[in-house]
Amino acid sequence: MSGTFVGMPAFPEAARAAVADARLRGNLRHATHTIRAKRARAVAEVSDWAELREAGKRIKDHTLRHLDRYLVQLEEKVTAAGGTVHWAADAEDANRIVVELVRATGESEVVKVKSMATQEIGLNEALEAAGIRAYETDLAELIVQLGDDRPSHILVPAIHRNRGEIRDVFRERMSDWGRPAPEGLTDSPAELAEAARLHLREKFLRAKVGVSGANFMVAETGTLVVVESEGNGRMCLTLPETLISVVGIEKTVPTWRDLEVFLQTLPRSSTAERMNPYTSTWTGTTDGDGPTAFHLVLLDNGRTDTLADEVGRQALRCIRCSACLNVCPVYERAGGHAYGSVYPGPIGAILSPQLRGTASEIDASLPYASSLCGACYEVCPVAIDIPEVLVHLRERVVEGGPMVREGNKVVLKPAKGHAAERAAMRAARWAFSRPGALRTGQRLASRTRRLHPRTLPGPGKAWTATRALPAVPPEPFRDWWRRTGGGKEGGK
Amino acid sequence: MSGRERILGRVRRALADAPDVPAPVERTYLRAHGDLDAEGTVDLLAEHLADYRALVHRCTPDELPSVVGRLLAARSSRSVLVPPGLDPRWLAEADARRVEDLARDTPYELDRVDSVVTACAVAIAETGTIVLDGGPDQGRRRITLVPDHHVCVVRVPGQVVSSVPQALERLDPARPLTWISGPSATSDIELDRVEGVHGPRTLEVILVG
Ligand code: SF4
Repeated sequence: MSGTFVGMPAFPEAARAAVADARLRGNLRHATHTIRAKRARAVAEVSDWAELREAGKRIKDHTLRHLDRYLVQLEEKVTAAGGTVHWAADAEDANRIVVELVRATGESEVVKVKSMATQEIGLNEALEAAGIRAYETDLAELIVQLGDDRPSHILVPAIHRNRGEIRDVFRERMSDWGRPAPEGLTDSPAELAEAARLHLREKFLRAKVGVSGANFMVAETGTLVVVESEGNGRMCLTLPETLISVVGIEKTVPTWRDLEVFLQTLPRSSTAERMNPYTSTWTGTTDGDGPTAFHLVLLDNGRTDTLADEVGRQALRCIRCSACLNVCPVYERAGGHAYGSVYPGPIGAILSPQLRGTASEIDASLPYASSLCGACYEVCPVAIDIPEVLVHLRERVVEGGPMVREGNKVVLKPAKGHAAERAAMRAARWAFSRPGALRTGQRLASRTRRLHPRTLPGPGKAWTATRALPAVPPEPFRDWWRRTGGGKEGGK
Repeated sequence: MSGRERILGRVRRALADAPDVPAPVERTYLRAHGDLDAEGTVDLLAEHLADYRALVHRCTPDELPSVVGRLLAARSSRSVLVPPGLDPRWLAEADARRVEDLARDTPYELDRVDSVVTACAVAIAETGTIVLDGGPDQGRRRITLVPDHHVCVVRVPGQVVSSVPQALERLDPARPLTWISGPSATSDIELDRVEGVHGPRTLEVILVG
């Protein structure tokens, strides 16, 4: 139903269309700037942010280093608590497993909690092909689903839509999916939310099967964790008789106690709240409370290939807070759709080409969808050095080299004069032909210059090992030039 | 080959040359931020609950039944869900019809109930969070989800901790937990906050001590 990303044009082309869309740009700009400012306040409240960030990074690195051990432990604990664990090597496996599980219940519809993993594998489409209707229940996902659209942001997937568009989508499409929109629906957010409440409640109350992802899985206890705001997650996790959770293997953390780090850093980084309104945790099944059957589908789908890459594996630390999207000058201009993947923004630019390989034009162009300003690294609560990985992936695209695909070592040929190079050139041209985008990148670099690393990432490392990186000036040259009329007004 | 063996094999091959990253992780972060006394911690809880638009009330144990009665009456609640182990005295002055959460009830039955009154397992001051663990005075997860009005009683200062790390220490991962920070909310429409999309629209927290 909602469109897939297959056959997307490469980033520069997709971005060109987005940049030309003034309304889209306006919506995005407003949204990212609002969240950005709020996040900075929420983070400033916590005096040990740097320590929490370091701990988060280390917990994830340690888990990834011993992932086999922790996955086996997780499986043992989930099983002991009454759940069933399934292993899916790729999207096809995962979809087949879920379809079979739903069929076994005899049901032909499921309610879904917002989940990037299920979007990544195209689960809704697979269910539909099997005659099973999947209802998205997150408000933004509902907007996207009804509008036959694609999500454009990790956290607020319908950020590219304004209230008028949402009202139109509700009026025109709700009746195709269930309870129609109320007569005379206006575009006030409260009324729109109420319309969604009524439309979805009828589905929650009758649902027998729920499908979710998870933010964390605790190996020590077999506990799954979902954080959310609306309560649709709680509905899907507790009202149905069967719960199926599809979760990437990298979401594992070793101990219950480790949650104390992420339950502090995730909400503040993502919605800029001290805590999100609802967090649910469950361990297998509980007598008399919630689903009587629980299935956990552990998803690889390119994650082990990413794990095999020394530099790139840090992308698996990501806790999907979306902070990096909101500070990215390229994302702000191009919008989420241009990245051609469920993972947009800076994290998408490094994750998608690793999960999917760089064979397609869009994937080969993604490592260039960045100005390398470093803002994404600064806000990342698990300290993923996104610029370092971007540079590493660019090298790989251009020079080729060994990598792992579907568990097998392969040697990638340099993309001589092919898709990647063309994509790179176009990306550069795209950025340089848009002074606005470039200017914002530089301004941001100026404002955050105190936070800049003193060494260059990637191949620049050797050079900066013995030299200090020049400081970024307090004001970009262009701004200075304009402010002082080319230096005539004697501004300093 | 099963999916399990294939994935574990890939993980092991991917990590064959990776350097070790030892555990346990150094935990240099704080156990709690600031050093408030018990009373200050309860004040902070009240402030942060209110920040996220929970309605906060404070009273003594003797006053509790009248406060509960008043809150239900103020919303003209005709029926109220009561967990099996809730102290019956808490509802002594409430007029609303008591409803039990029976195993055979479908969610539709719960949807017809106006309010729910529960206790909690622990409350976190720094984040303005109450945590329910499905104990007998809290009931199963669905009862605090479907009705539109949730009244939650927190015993202070005993049930209040400062921080997330302190809360996790007290909680049992084997039980299903629900952490609640303010009422259900969304910011999906142009980032305007709207309360009560799916969960209770109104969360009232009574701090009793
Ligand atoms: S890369 Fe970091 S900042 Fe971006 S979504 Fe992931 S955790 Fe958040």
